[in-house]
This record gives sequence, structure tokens and C-alpha cells, in this order.
Amino acid sequence: MTTTTMTMAKALNEGLRRAMERNAKVLLMGEDIGKLGGVFRITDGLQKDFGEDRVIDSPLAESAIVGTAVGLAIRGYRTVCEIQFDGFVYPAFDQIVSQVAKLRKRSEGSYTMGLVIRLPFQGGIGAIEHHSESPEAYFAHTAGLRVVSCSTPNDAYWMIQQSIEHDDPIIFCEPKSRYWERGEVDLENPPHGLFDAVVRREGNDVTVIGYGASVKTMLRAAETAATEGVSLEVIDARSVAPLDLGPMVASVKKTGRFVAVQEAPHMASIGSELVAELTERCFYSLRAPGLRVSGYHVPYPPSRIEDEYRPSVDRILDAVDRVMGFES
Amino acid sequence: MTELMSNDELVQLLTPEGERIAHHEYGSSLGGDDILGFYRDMFIVRRLCNESTSLQRQGQLALWAPVLGQEAAQIGAGRALAPMDFTFPSYREHGIAWCRGVPPEDMLRIFRAVTNGGWDPVKYRHALPTVVLGNQALHAVGYAMGVQRDGAEEAVMTFFGDGASSQGDVLESFVWAASFNAPVVFFCQNNQWGISTPSTLQSKVPLYRRAQGFGFEGIRVDGNDVLAVYEVTKRALEHARAGGGPTLIEAHTYRMGAHTTSDDPTRYRVDAEVEVWKHRDPLERTKALLVREYAVKSAVFSEIALEADDMAAKLRDDVLAMGRPDPLSMFDNVYAAPHPLIDEGRREMIELGVAEGAR
Repeated sequence: MTTTTMTMAKALNEGLRRAMERNAKVLLMGEDIGKLGGVFRITDGLQKDFGEDRVIDSPLAESAIVGTAVGLAIRGYRTVCEIQFDGFVYPAFDQIVSQVAKLRKRSEGSYTMGLVIRLPFQGGIGAIEHHSESPEAYFAHTAGLRVVSCSTPNDAYWMIQQSIEHDDPIIFCEPKSRYWERGEVDLENPPHGLFDAVVRREGNDVTVIGYGASVKTMLRAAETAATEGVSLEVIDARSVAPLDLGPMVASVKKTGRFVAVQEAPHMASIGSELVAELTERCFYSLRAPGLRVSGYHVPYPPSRIEDEYRPSVDRILDAVDRVMGFES
Repeated sequence: MTELMSNDELVQLLTPEGERIAHHEYGSSLGGDDILGFYRDMFIVRRLCNESTSLQRQGQLALWAPVLGQEAAQIGAGRALAPMDFTFPSYREHGIAWCRGVPPEDMLRIFRAVTNGGWDPVKYRHALPTVVLGNQALHAVGYAMGVQRDGAEEAVMTFFGDGASSQGDVLESFVWAASFNAPVVFFCQNNQWGISTPSTLQSKVPLYRRAQGFGFEGIRVDGNDVLAVYEVTKRALEHARAGGGPTLIEAHTYRMGAHTTSDDPTRYRVDAEVEVWKHRDPLERTKALLVREYAVKSAVFSEIALEADDMAAKLRDDVLAMGRPDPLSMFDNVYAAPHPLIDEGRREMIELGVAEGAR
């Protein structure tokens, strides 16, 4: 096994590079992704190596980034669109929901909407407004789309390649606060399928499920809980839509309790879906209702107070205490 | 009433009376057979449109968007295309679909509400109609960027109306096309009305002039003059194929009918305006030319009318034969790969016994 240590940002860069080397039809398009390498440097050096025709610095209009990627898909290209920040995806929302999601069905399979929309999401970097949002539920709600999120450099490296190879359109959510964290990357074999949920830490008392930046927070919570004698099983959903419920159901049937963690507000969220699905599938195994630890139902706050908004170790542990307190 | 501004040129090669007029830049390259062929196309498309309106009135279609009055704009543009070109239409482009070879019954499937598509867009090189205004303009530019990367000598044409010209996607597509010099022709049919919204509310300058601000040529053509539309479009497509970049064509025309069969234009426009445009009918002026200049006999026109009647009869039969789709088909082709929610939905529908054959 050839492994190397790199940051998530570098892993994404290397994953994109490999996908471009493998398939000449893979293009990158977005704002400032060429010479600058993107505001997060995810595409650093790629325009230099693959040229301006394949790494396209676009004018500043998100609907056009996605809308032209649709036309390129019809022509047989696979475009990886970079939306600079989560909060800037909404101008493209119409194209994503009205066109990207529906055209395969409308053409009864004649069109292949092979495109990836990269979305740096979630908060935690001290940004100003519109730079820290979690819009994944909007897309998860839409039939025709798939939504995934990486939480480690190894997943970032492989999931971006798997997304580009996949024939369905993928909203690829990157936890921007983890871009600079390092981890082992296996350069030879993908660790999992693109849509697989993965148990990151085994435990017996409470199942904690989340994705993206929340995974590391959940693992920290598990460390702390362990010192207090509570054993958390941590599941990285990885695929937000569809949800890979199999490993989650197995875990909840074992623990009888679960907590869903997300930065988005809980109203009509992925966490709400997890509570509904797991309650339905694990009803007779449950020893407490599933709880959600989420952002609050407010616009993403100014970042000086974002730590109070985002799910923290303390808030996760509080929810763990509450589900443990339901003991019958 | 919407009228041209006096200082804005309109490319016209045929007057409403069917007399040729000279233009300093464009001349007609068409022979009598070509013009007769265009007339036949326009006649058949009008017949198709009227049959579809009747079918809707008889409860056989959920909706119809008439193309009445815009036949010359669409046949002139559609016949200027080369086979390998690709087109991205709005929902009123039945004449373009006709030119691309889409079978009439396939055009009506979406209006029969038996599908959200209707034809194989790749086979006919004619995209599925876009109902959200202006979305297709960006698809066309993206496709054209693919053509550029393939080094192919193909052009792409997209169609939208004066209403959609206010959409951000159309304006963004102008930016993209100009910045990347994309081989695309923007064909705007200014039919003067976006449902009840007059084109004067969409733009304070003639629409074709917008192109200049984006850095490419805009040209206004008499959209009821099939000869002029053909020449203007042909040149714009050649310009695109040769690497010259985009062109905006504004075809000045008129929506003689309602926006759709759900619309009532008597609420917002006056009869006098419609009367003015009746005198500019695209078919009548072409017929006048054919009779005067090419001595086309009435028997020829009768033959075309018979052919159109046959098409309409077959269309009616085909539409009436379009039954309710198998409800389970809604789960097909939503995704390329298996998806648990698709499997779950299909399974539930089968268990409930609502699927075709289980009734």
C-alpha cells in the first residue's frame, strides 16, 4: 500500500489531477481557479499543467458556470464546477434543480448529466457572511441529484475521483474548515464506495451520525465521552443523498440510541431525515428518541459567535446525555 | 402597439406584398424550388399548430403553445442549419423541431402530458424544450464550448423570446459566448408579447442592440420574411462555424395566437394590432412571390394542403393512440445508477398494486 500524508486541499488537488489525466473529457470551470488556483488553492497548478481549455477561468456568474456545464455534458464533457463558497450557489440553484437534476429523466437516458459541483461548505473559518453555509438539504431534497461530503484527505482524494467518474450529477460538499488538516492518503485503492457510510469509531452506547466537518467534532466528543464511561459509535454518513442507511440501522439496533449532527438548522434537514428513517427502521430497538444537534434557526451568525452556532463537543455530549437519560 | 423605431434597420428581402426588395448587404440565394420548399414547411407547421390547438380544445392535449405567425422566423432559421449543428429551443419552436426531423407526434407528447420529454435530443440534434425561461441559452453556449474543444466545424443555435431576453441566464450566456468566442447563434423571436407583457417592458432599446454591449454583432431581421431570415441566419451560422463567435439575431415577428391555449389575449391587446400583423403574414407573402415570380400553379398549393391534411390526420391518430404511461415508468432514468429511494418507491407502487396491469 502506497500511502502519503497530505492535507485535504492537496488531496482534492491530486484527485482532480488524476481524474484529468485519466480522462481528457474532464474539465474544471469556476471563478479564479486558474492562475490563482482557486481561493482555497484546490486547483493550484492544474491550469499550468492542463491548459486554459481544460481549467477554465470563468466570468463571475454561477448560473452560467453550471448552465454551460450542462451543455458541455450534452456534448460529452465532464465538468467539475467550482462554486467559490456555499453561499454563492443560489444563483445556480435554478440550473441545478430545473435542469441538471431533471435532464436525464426528461431525455429518458439520452443525456448523461456527468458533472460535479464542488461546494466548499460549513463554517468554522472566521469568514464574513455567505461564506459558511450548509445548503446540502436543498439539493438532497431534489430527485436526480446526489450529494456527498468528504471528511478526511483519503476520502477527498478518492471521492472526488469517484464523483467525476459517476454518471449522475453530484453535489460535492467540501468541509472548508478541514482543508488544511493532514491525513494519510492511500494512492492505490479507494477505501470505500462513493455512497457508503462508514463507522469511524466503534462503540456501544450511542450512535452519533454526521458528515463533513462534524465528523472530527463527533470523534472528539467520543474521546471525551469515553473518559466518562460512555461509548459512542461514530458514523460518517459520507453520502448525504442517498443516505446509506444499512450501517446506521445496524449500529442503532446495537446501541438503541442515536444523535444526528449537522451545521445546518434542523428544520427539514438531513438530521431530520435520519431521525425519521432510523425511527421507522429501528423502532423496536430504540431506547430513546433520536436527537439532532444542529445549527440554530437563524441566518449563519457573524463568525465571532459561530462557535456557539456550530455543533460543538459540548453540545454533542449534551445530546448524548439526554438520550442516555431516557433509560427505561 | 409595438412598432419599429424609425432609425433601426430591419433586414427584409420580401415585402408583405411578396415583392422583392434589395438590401445592401444581403441578397437571396434561394431558387424557386427552395422557396416552394420553405412555403411547404411553413404551411405544414401552421397546419400542425392548428390541429394541435383543436386537439387541446377537444380535451386531447393538456396545453398547446401556438407558433401561429412565427412560421417564417422558424423555417428560415431551421432551414439554415447544417445537419451537424445542434439546437436548443424554448417551448414554441415547433417549426425548428420540424426542420430538425422531429416527428410531429413526438412534439406533442409533452403537451399530451405523457412525458416530460418526447424525443431523443441527441438523435435529432435538437435539445428538449426548456420551459424555465432562458435556461437553454446557457446550455447552448456550453455545448458550443465543447464544439470548440473538439475542433469541430459545427454551430449551435438557441431560441428564446423577447420575454426571456430579460432573464439572467440569457444575459449570462451573452457574456460567456463573447468571452469564449463560442460558436453560437442566439435567435430571439421578438413576437412582441410575453403572455401579456409587451416587449417594450422587456427592453428600452431594440433587443438586437444589446449584443453590441456584450461585444458581438446583433442584427434585426423581418421575422415574417422567410428569405431574409434564412440569409441572416445562414451567415451567422457560417460566422460561428468559421470561428467568428456569437451573433444575436432578433427576428421581428408577431404571436398571432394566444401565448398558450390557457391564455386570453383579448384581455391585453387590441384587435387593430392583430389586424396590422395579419397583413404581414409570412405564408401569404411567400405565396405571392411564388405565384408572381415562379408561376407556381394552384394545383401545387392544393397538393401541399392535401399533404398537410394527411399529416394532421396522422398526427391526430397518433395523439389519440397515446395512452396513459405505465406509472412505474416514472422511476426509470431518474438516475444512471441504482438509487435506494427509487427502488423503495417502485417497490411501494408495485405492492400497492397501482402499476399498469395490476388494476
